[in-house]
Amino acid sequence: MRSFVPDYELVVAARLNDALDMLAEGWRPIAGGTDLMVLFNAGKLPYRKLVSIRRVKELSSIEESETEISIGAAVTYTHIRQHPVLRQEFPLLCSAASWTGSIANQNRGTLGGNIINASPAADSSPVLLVYDAELELISLRGTRRIPYCDFHLGYKKMQIRDDELLRSIHLPRKTENRRSYIRKVGPRQAQAISKVCFAATARLRGSAIDEVRIAAGSVAPVPLRCHATESVLRGQSISPDLIETAANAIAAEVQPITDIRSTRDYRRAVTANLLKQFLQTLA
Amino acid sequence: MYSKSMEPRIVGTAVPRKEAAAKVTGTAQYVDDVSLPGMLHGVTVRSGHPRALIRHIHFGDGIPWHEFTIVTARDIPGRNIVTLIFDDQPFLADGEINHPEEPVLLLAHENKDMVRRARQHVFIDYDPLPAIFDIDEALQAKTIIWGEDNVFKRYCIEKGDVDAVWSQADFIVEGEYSTEAQEQLYIEPQGMLATWDPETGITVRGSMQCPFYVQKALMPLFNLPAEKVRVIQQETGGAFGGKEEYPSMIAGHAALLAWKSGRPVKMIYDREEDMAATTKRHPSRTRHRTAVSRDGRLLAMDIEFIIDGGAYATLSSVVLSRGTIHAAGPYRCDNIRVRSTAVATNTPPHGAFRGFGAPQSLFAIERHMNKVARTLGLTPEEFRRRNFLRQGDSTATGQLIKQPLDLARLQQRALQLAGYADKLERFSRLNREGTRKKGIGFSTFMHGAGFTGSGERHLQSVVHLEARADGTVCVLSSMTEMGQGTNTILAQIAAEALGTSYEQVQVLRPDTAQVPNSGPTVASRTAMVIGRLVQSAALSLKEKLLQAALLQPGYTPEQFQSACREYICSIGPLKTSAQYEEPPGVHWDDEKYRGEAYGAFSWAVHVAEVTVDTVTGEIQLDDFVALQEVGRVLNPVLARGQIEGGVAQAIGYALYEKVVWRDGGMANNQMTNYIMPTAMDLPPIRVYFEEIPYEHGAMGAKGIGELPMDGPAPAILNAVENALGISFCHIPLLPEDVLSELSVAREAALDLAGSVV
Ligand SMILES: Cc1cc2nc3c(=O)[nH]c(=O)nc-3n(C[C@H](O)[C@H](O)[C@H](O)COP(=O)(O)OP(=O)(O)OC[C@H]3O[C@@H](n4cnc5c(N)ncnc54)[C@H](O)[C@@H]3O)c2cc1C
Repeated sequence: MRSFVPDYELVVAARLNDALDMLAEGWRPIAGGTDLMVLFNAGKLPYRKLVSIRRVKELSSIEESETEISIGAAVTYTHIRQHPVLRQEFPLLCSAASWTGSIANQNRGTLGGNIINASPAADSSPVLLVYDAELELISLRGTRRIPYCDFHLGYKKMQIRDDELLRSIHLPRKTENRRSYIRKVGPRQAQAISKVCFAATARLRGSAIDEVRIAAGSVAPVPLRCHATESVLRGQSISPDLIETAANAIAAEVQPITDIRSTRDYRRAVTANLLKQFLQTLA
Repeated sequence: MYSKSMEPRIVGTAVPRKEAAAKVTGTAQYVDDVSLPGMLHGVTVRSGHPRALIRHIHFGDGIPWHEFTIVTARDIPGRNIVTLIFDDQPFLADGEINHPEEPVLLLAHENKDMVRRARQHVFIDYDPLPAIFDIDEALQAKTIIWGEDNVFKRYCIEKGDVDAVWSQADFIVEGEYSTEAQEQLYIEPQGMLATWDPETGITVRGSMQCPFYVQKALMPLFNLPAEKVRVIQQETGGAFGGKEEYPSMIAGHAALLAWKSGRPVKMIYDREEDMAATTKRHPSRTRHRTAVSRDGRLLAMDIEFIIDGGAYATLSSVVLSRGTIHAAGPYRCDNIRVRSTAVATNTPPHGAFRGFGAPQSLFAIERHMNKVARTLGLTPEEFRRRNFLRQGDSTATGQLIKQPLDLARLQQRALQLAGYADKLERFSRLNREGTRKKGIGFSTFMHGAGFTGSGERHLQSVVHLEARADGTVCVLSSMTEMGQGTNTILAQIAAEALGTSYEQVQVLRPDTAQVPNSGPTVASRTAMVIGRLVQSAALSLKEKLLQAALLQPGYTPEQFQSACREYICSIGPLKTSAQYEEPPGVHWDDEKYRGEAYGAFSWAVHVAEVTVDTVTGEIQLDDFVALQEVGRVLNPVLARGQIEGGVAQAIGYALYEKVVWRDGGMANNQMTNYIMPTAMDLPPIRVYFEEIPYEHGAMGAKGIGELPMDGPAPAILNAVENALGISFCHIPLLPEDVLSELSVAREAALDLAGSVV
């Protein structure tokens, strides 16, 4: 542990408003701490005043309405994995939760933390993109909703102000009749940061692709919804030629880098291969 | 010696480990569990530059420096050299630095957080010097960083006359193979606690393999005699060779701070520092040139083996030696030449790691044998069968194989256990379609137990046995328990030979003030060499009781215990010892590198089954069969544990663990980014033994600890070749490499199709 403990302050908020008050005074939120404590351990945590939101009830429940499922930002992966409606209607989210870190990480780590940590490799992001998620932000000044696909502006840059908390993640309940596909490619079977994570859904009308959503992580500075590739596919029937064209399109659309975890070429080639694998399941 | 008529009661059974209860209940005392009154915490300020001259050290503002104990090279009272083989590595850099983790300055303070923060406020100005980072740069010798030519050591083994053979060969097959660094990743990072007392001198306790190495290194550092340097091993949470020589460095640092401050000083590395600064397995490059006849006989093997030793010589010469001797594998060939070199680069020194050079050179030969077989149109098993060493043959160094040895049978049994023939056939059918390709492959190999050549003779290891007034017997040796089971097997051997019960034998934790020097706990020597000494000392102890007529043959453990009590009451202390004696007929020529390299070899055949996903390049292991002949198995559960652990570690070596270097330093020194396989990545590891007792080993035992590290990597790459038809010659083999070769292969196939049309 390379941080100087006396430099830090930590307060546990009991109610949502207490947390919002403190944010307005310059405190930073900590949920499961599975990202922040890594920085702390390495001596690289910039925030000195932390308010824990783990005990705030409004942030820790999953609500169902007719049209959407709303997941509190501090809901854990374990909670998500076990939730019957999510398992039924949003299986990709449960899969992504099931291979995030380890069981211990899943017991502490939260969906909100994953989003706000804004790693391009975050495993839940591609899923939230293909499910058309909306984020609800809250501050003392009120709440606002933003489509998740507009939320990430650049590497670790987001549409959220310092005094705002992510309150919940809304998933529209219109996944019926969609075929879906998800795959994480990491360096090992557990405790693995994705080299590529990929999610896709599609609805067919006859043999034609009526609706398709494709997203990938770890292939650009932000989690990437692959609109250009989608437009190549929309309205078309699956054929070997189409699969090849789409694979080329996604290879051009992603902007991966080489770092200590993998290479640009590998990430690009794997993304294209995963897309092919997905499209072959539709054929 | 163990004879068939005396059924063993304890040896060969799975008695519980001596230290198991303390470990699982949390009472075992690791060094970081120990605190002493007035203790300070020490940290190391490291260079951060691969090669440079130190211009100036200055201390930043905002830190109460007067509260700190600060040690630099100038404070050192004795010799600023970590005593080992060559005298080249300083405890603290003095003017010049040669790798980015080189210790420059030490700090100690009562407050652990303060001392860590202070470390970031020491600033060192450098004049950079050109640095070199790999084997090629070292050999080109444009920049000289060590000695006259960047070479720590060279060896040459010559058997027969290789050069006379090339013209008669039906085929000459060449290949180049390379391996990278590997981090030991013991669970407990390195740590030491030192105290200084003007009367009694220095005492250090900590995590280590070789207490007498630490003592030997500290004596000249302080100009103190042996009786004023006491080294005590604490419970040690894994080592794998990583705690063979590095503990001398950290012990020296803690001791310097204790000596200067007059207070106890504890230094514990965190994982990041441990991964970056301590030793790793030597990267290597091996070139083979092999002459064979049409009927598949090895005529000549010309081998060049090079390892990268990092910035200082440390153990490189010995690692090179073992790699050199193992380079020709378990094959008979009349003409062998192995030329080997250990070179210097500006990375932290590489060091001992389970297998010690053999995993590197055996990787090369076991991949190469498959290549030669393919050239000849023979199966890898048939080609090997025609060339295996047998009893009466001689190895590369001319060592006569005296023990019974039937590798063809061992190979056949392993392949049968793995279902090899069926799977080969089935996979070739399955692989015609789909994106998941299956393959099976194997390797055949050996590992020499004990120190190389005359090493054991020079060590002159000693072991004591001492009975206590309560009838228990204590084993005193410098062999350390580091998780591998030393305490348990030495107690088993003693109990068996004495005729007492396992529970009545204790093994003292090594403390240089209390135990004799039985050499270091390395080189798969504990069971075979030291176990044997325990056995002899036990037999003499028993003999004393028989001669004093306190025991009659056929006695029970209870009778043995009361005999001990009576002896001590009426006659006096009951203590025996044993010293190493070379078995007859052992000769070793250090100049020519010829003769009996090892007392005994253990032999093994490992079979790996893989699935390669051509969508992602990922390789999954589906099954692993490890069959080995290790002499007598002393404790089946511990032996199996050694094999399973070694195979797991070797799977990491083959497919996962890659050190990312940046300017000579490890850039991925975190467990998130240095990828060690998890339990979920491992296949079932099926372990089988053949037991052929070795007459000079303890109750027939040979070495076992390093063997399983040697064979899995080539077996796995042989399986990948079977699955894909692509021959990979470098480890770690990562999905990135697989996918890029697959696309090259696909393009080549397209080109070919194009040219046909
Ligand atoms: C060993 C290990 C393995 C891991 N494996 C994976 C993996 O496989 N896949 C993966 O995607 N991630 C992985 N992670 C990363 C991490 O677990 C996830 O990103 C997790 O979801 C973070 O949630 P948290 O609640 O712990 O976040 P915290 O660490 O508490 O916070 C993360 C960031 O989000 C902010 N924040 C948290 N909640 C809110 C909120 N409601 N409103 C505004 N800001 C907020 C915090 O201020 C901080 O900046 C791993 C981490 C570790 C340590």
